Amino acid sequence: MKIFIPTPLRVYVNKQDAVQVNANTVGEALSALTSQHPDLKKHLYSDEGKLRAFVNVYLNDEDVRYLPEKEATQVKEEDSLSIIPSIAGGCQPHGR
Amino acid sequence: MPTLTEEAVAQPQLTNEEIARYSRHLLLPEVGLEGQKKLKAAKVLCVGAGGLGAPLAYYLAAAGIGTLGLVDFDKVDESNLQRQIIHSTKDVGRPKIDSAAEKLQALNPYMKIVKHETMLTSTNALDIIKEYDIVADGTDNFPTRYLVNDACVLSGKPNAYASIFRFEGQASVFATEEGPCYRCLYPEPPPPGLVPSCAEGGVLGILPGLLGVIQATEVIKLILGKGDPLIGRLLLVDSLGMKFRELKLRKNADCPVCGTHPTVTKLIDYQQFCGIHPEEPKAATVQNGIPQITPKELKQRLDSGENIFVLDVREPHEYQIVNIGAPLIPLGELPNRVNELDPNREIVVHCKSGVRSQRAAEFLQKSGFRNVSNLAGGILAWATDVDPKLPKY
Repeated sequence: MKIFIPTPLRVYVNKQDAVQVNANTVGEALSALTSQHPDLKKHLYSDEGKLRAFVNVYLNDEDVRYLPEKEATQVKEEDSLSIIPSIAGGCQPHGR
Repeated sequence: MPTLTEEAVAQPQLTNEEIARYSRHLLLPEVGLEGQKKLKAAKVLCVGAGGLGAPLAYYLAAAGIGTLGLVDFDKVDESNLQRQIIHSTKDVGRPKIDSAAEKLQALNPYMKIVKHETMLTSTNALDIIKEYDIVADGTDNFPTRYLVNDACVLSGKPNAYASIFRFEGQASVFATEEGPCYRCLYPEPPPPGLVPSCAEGGVLGILPGLLGVIQATEVIKLILGKGDPLIGRLLLVDSLGMKFRELKLRKNADCPVCGTHPTVTKLIDYQQFCGIHPEEPKAATVQNGIPQITPKELKQRLDSGENIFVLDVREPHEYQIVNIGAPLIPLGELPNRVNELDPNREIVVHCKSGVRSQRAAEFLQKSGFRNVSNLAGGILAWATDVDPKLPKY
């Protein structure tokens, strides 16, 4: 299945906008993604292994958080996952 | 059925000039005289008079919004003119709010403009927002996004939201009673520095134009009560592929702000929420354990023959614009190419303005490099203080 990679994270997947993985569930698809591209892991997951709260994962057009089985939801080849990060644009006067 | 007198009191009248001006709206069944009167009665607050604010405010003025509030404390910079079309070359250096108000009033003299030349903060946000019916968030940083969201939920005002990054954008309508709020979608902000700003990552000039007009469209639809607003819907715009996608947004029953048992009942410290620590009052010589070196200092030390390795962590296309001859390892590649660097040598890292190089320096230090400094202000500061012949971008 296809996983759409958002612009801020493409640098960690060799600049691709989508990655193909084989998986039976959402969770497996994400594991396959981070195995193939380990640099991506810390941007998607916290040290405790939880999906970071400023990153949303959608199965087709539904937020995985709201699916009854969440990451255990089964997926078909023609399904797609999208990773949607929060963006704010503009200039960030953060710390430095 | 209200009597004619009640209707006249509830809705403002349109002058003959206004009727002529808004003729094309009046001809639309979805707007008509009733709709145009609603637009005239409406009070909309535009937070930000920059990339998103420019087209947003322009089209709201064109549409006949009766009262438009503008919030911005910034000054027009030349680099804004690639996308902030409400400002012109002669406005460079001028407060954005004055520049914007002038153009908006020229477009629509019947509109009342209220200038709030201030940063929106937890102390003033609720007072400012309560005077308006709808808020359109065109800000450029995460703390303010969360501030605007929370203030809108607490005040009961819908928030027409859009945000941009490089060539992609998002749009939605948050903070309606039945719909989700920004925190339902993103309960947590990203850590500072993870998502580059436009100044660092660049942005396609047309992009805020596209998203700003989508925002204006949503504001107008909410006022008219027509069409399907983006409530519970996240519109994703990819301007390079010219693709528009839509994702479902659900209201989170456990949302700390708009859920059934809210825990955030007043505005908080949003800088702290986003992990941003206040800047030290004096110019810091050390930041997060990394010594800061000024361009003048570095030049002096290099000229005196010191064995310093200067590392550039920008992108190849930036190197082509301007460089100071330092070897290039783009920030994203640094973890994989760290073995190309000599841990026994003093390394000074630079980028465009000092932000990415700071992150690179912190990474190198964590990887065991004992002698790493950050060039404060980056190549921009070098071009200002050491070599004015270099272009700035």
